[in-house]
Amino acid sequence: MGANLQVRVWRGGADGAFQPFDVPRQASQTVLDVVTHIQRALEPALAYRFACRVGMCGSCAMTVNGVARWTCRTHVDKVAPDGRLEIAPLRNLPVIRDLVADMSEFFDKWAAARGSFAPTRTRRDEFARVAPDSAARRQVDAAIECIGCGVCYSSCDVVTWNPAYLGPAALNRAWTLVQDVRDGARAERLAAVAGDAGCHACHTHMSCTERCPKQLSPTAGIAGLKRAAAKAALRGEL
Amino acid sequence: MKPGNDLRARNHPAYWAFLVHRISGLALAVFLPLHFWALGHALAGAGRLEAFLRWTDQPLVKFAEWGMVVLLAAHFAGGLRILALEFLAWREWQKKLVAVAAAFSLAYALAYALALL
Amino acid sequence: MSARGDTRLWLAQRASAALLGICVLVHLATMIYAVRSGLSATAILGRTRGNLAWLAFYSTFVLAVTVHVPIGLRSVLAEWFGWRGRSRDAALLGFAALLAVLGMRAVLGVFG
Repeated sequence: MGANLQVRVWRGGADGAFQPFDVPRQASQTVLDVVTHIQRALEPALAYRFACRVGMCGSCAMTVNGVARWTCRTHVDKVAPDGRLEIAPLRNLPVIRDLVADMSEFFDKWAAARGSFAPTRTRRDEFARVAPDSAARRQVDAAIECIGCGVCYSSCDVVTWNPAYLGPAALNRAWTLVQDVRDGARAERLAAVAGDAGCHACHTHMSCTERCPKQLSPTAGIAGLKRAAAKAALRGEL
Repeated sequence: MKPGNDLRARNHPAYWAFLVHRISGLALAVFLPLHFWALGHALAGAGRLEAFLRWTDQPLVKFAEWGMVVLLAAHFAGGLRILALEFLAWREWQKKLVAVAAAFSLAYALAYALALL
Repeated sequence: MSARGDTRLWLAQRASAALLGICVLVHLATMIYAVRSGLSATAILGRTRGNLAWLAFYSTFVLAVTVHVPIGLRSVLAEWFGWRGRSRDAALLGFAALLAVLGMRAVLGVFG
């Protein structure tokens, strides 16, 4: 194990190439530390995203040795025991430049899945009462912590194979709203998420569940959407 | 097409389960019309079916039959796992289900091989 | 296809899968038994000829397969071979018809 890491970083757009760098190895180093060092000391023109640096915002998500991760929460020792790192932008998204991916379609699909709350009360009404230990709310709580980082979307092969597929994050969010007793757009939302571009395209690869940095399981939420859509179809509501 | 994932991202049990399920399904879909056609020989009488069955006595054909039956067992076990995942949403049991499906397929493969030999 | 249509296909797939779960389990067990007692026309037809229970069982099996296989192929054709739309669905309906015809022919062949 040498004093330096051999790092290959994606440069350019869709037709770019990996550029090699030598980066000094340090204790408790994260992949984000490596990228930061390259940009500050070796290549000022390197484009990359980050914000909080402490595993809360999800902005630093990239493909590290072929796997989508939060670079600020990925220790070099864990993913590169032999000192070799390959850093690329998130998969399944157009590349803007270097390590920066275009997240537009990710959020467009979030909207297409009706991933936003539809209120039924006004400030003049009583507060809604939702029991936190009710079955529906527990399912929402298990899925609600998504911060839209794109790791699941990047990891999903169905997203690669089916351009119209809404993807795990959008569907997971739709699930939390379908299970939210206060929400008023259930029928429209189920119509938006059912079908070949929606929950029925999920083949339970579970790469999303495997990679989610917040340990969420979009697979479970999507299974819930399949059941909800089936019930609605059987009742003639879909 | 946008840049997709390679083997490094796909190397986890649930993905292998998907691959086995899909590939076995494809193989069975190709095999079934042939299987039905072969059995249809019985319409021409026991003699015709018997002649066909003697053709299948060759070791290579027997091996292929074993392969098809194991693929069926694998597809069946994987299918039960999917039904459990979709209708029961047992998150904690995911990885165990893969192991159970694999164990069933292996057990059947051995049982059938024993019956043949 | 529409959200409603796709949902119905999914339902038909899972329902036929559940039915096939039982049929396949019986079939897998039968195959071990059949192979051990020797695969000959006499042995097979001896079990199936004139047997209403086997007729009912295999007819159900064939019909479930006719539903399950084409719907299963639908996703694979789209995702791995880029074949989508009406032509794919028409081809799959044709394949379903082929399976039904060949399957029932085989069932009647071993029963009659």
